[in-house]
Amino acid sequence: MSAPLLEVSGLSKSFGNIHAVSGIDLQVNKGEVLGLIGPNGSGKSTLFNCILGQLRPDSGEVRFKGEAVTGLNPTALNRKGIGRTFQLLQVFPSLSVRDNLIVAGQEHRSTLVGRLFLPPDAGQTERCNELLDLFNLTRLAEEPAGALSYGQQKLLDIAMAFTASPELVLLDEPAGGVNPTMLGGVEKLLRRLNEEMGATFVVIEHNMSFVMGLSHRVTVLAQGQTLATGSPEEIRANPAVIEAYLGD
Amino acid sequence: MLRWIIIAVVAAILIFVPTQLKPYGIFLISNWVIFCVVAMGLNLTIGYAGQISLAQAGFMGIGAYTSAILMTRFGMDFWHTLPAAAGLSFLLGVIVGYPALRVQHHYLAFVTLGFNILVYLVFRNEDWLTGGAFGIFDIPRPSVFGYATNDPLAFYYLCLAFFVVMFSLAWWIVRSPWGRAFAALRENPIRAASLGVDIRAYTLLAFATGSTFAGLAGAFYASLLEFIDPYPFSFEYSLSFLLMVISGGSGTLVGPMIGAALVLLMPEWLRFAKDYYLMIYAVFVMVLMAFCPSGVVGIWERLTMFMRHKRMTAAAAAAEEQSK
Repeated sequence: MSAPLLEVSGLSKSFGNIHAVSGIDLQVNKGEVLGLIGPNGSGKSTLFNCILGQLRPDSGEVRFKGEAVTGLNPTALNRKGIGRTFQLLQVFPSLSVRDNLIVAGQEHRSTLVGRLFLPPDAGQTERCNELLDLFNLTRLAEEPAGALSYGQQKLLDIAMAFTASPELVLLDEPAGGVNPTMLGGVEKLLRRLNEEMGATFVVIEHNMSFVMGLSHRVTVLAQGQTLATGSPEEIRANPAVIEAYLGD
Repeated sequence: MLRWIIIAVVAAILIFVPTQLKPYGIFLISNWVIFCVVAMGLNLTIGYAGQISLAQAGFMGIGAYTSAILMTRFGMDFWHTLPAAAGLSFLLGVIVGYPALRVQHHYLAFVTLGFNILVYLVFRNEDWLTGGAFGIFDIPRPSVFGYATNDPLAFYYLCLAFFVVMFSLAWWIVRSPWGRAFAALRENPIRAASLGVDIRAYTLLAFATGSTFAGLAGAFYASLLEFIDPYPFSFEYSLSFLLMVISGGSGTLVGPMIGAALVLLMPEWLRFAKDYYLMIYAVFVMVLMAFCPSGVVGIWERLTMFMRHKRMTAAAAAAEEQSK
């Protein structure tokens, strides 16, 4: 059996006396969608930030494709093939939608000095057009990202994470703040990216129907520790999860 | 089309009007062209990459003194001093950029301000190297293919050619992937890093390119005046360069040029007001910043947006009338 794409072992992070994450173990296999759920303050975002180099873990190890990447900065991790979105919208508002996508992919082309001599689109036009089409943003391509509606910016935010064709994408609440009409579209889009293009995701989400419908496996965190891991059906039926998070 | 007409008119003015000016007028317009390059450099650092710097006059001084010392003490040709002026400014720009990796906004402003004060003190106190408060005299003007540029008009055209080269370089940088990475750094460095943008490298580059523009302009400034002393490279002038960028329109290519005209030429145009000219100028700047913080270019953008809106409203009304 091949090694997991992402392997987290014994990861811990404290802020003073608060143990945000304590000894978390996690595995994500290629082509898998792993849902990460838990009540507010359970350590989901801290875990993401430790994996993605925004925070340095106190202990534990993160391996990507078998290589230790613990403590690498976000830029280096992105260049190794890990994309992400944040809990809050993070687009570049004064840049056009197209430029947001180009900047999300251009740094994977050439060297720092070499990029000065690349064409203005950094050879990304074809990839951008694919994503604009896939995310239904083509007619807005030349608009400033800041002029888009919240839902459209959310789509752009997710599209940006995919521009460089990463092998693993960590999505922090992709359904957060998205209206119910658009929500189905986001779910369908992510499923398509997973099933047709083989994208691997870890998804933090509070919307249960969304995350349960999308994920192959779900890990539940509570008070910084793993409460349960299993298929969506197993998680729904787990008494400890029901008591700590899902309720009746 | 309108853009090309404006470019042609501006080019014609810059080429032909100085032929009708007296030597002081030619000096002023030469000075403006050089200050445009300094402000363009600062605009790359502040307007495009979002890194505050109050050391631009210091970088200009480094280029000016490097070129002047190499020419007057070592007998080097002006053109051979340019790589040294650019190289030293670039290197010091990288060094000044390092604090920006740790601090931002007003903290960074104070770090760069400290650097400018330090540079000024070196210019003023290290007599053995810089001539101290008396400065450096008899700085020669360069020759171009054997033609001397001692005549004010000839040197102006050389400055204009330098300006065109530097403007083209700024345009190239801004439309290249570097320009987009600078904008990403300015708007959201955390998101930029998560997309693989090396914010460390681009922050240093933003300072280094901005300071290189200033350093090269400094070399031309030394030759324009044929004499330099520490004063034009003081913190006060760094504030003037900041005002040029902000009042013209930061983050735009033409903004710094308009700003440089406002800061350098407007006090001259207001001299008819005699004792009151600086007061009128100060009030103008205050009103401009209060009502149009995006600078003169911002006024133009607002105006074009208003006209577009008016046209669209009229077209919609006409279409409605027709459908009735």
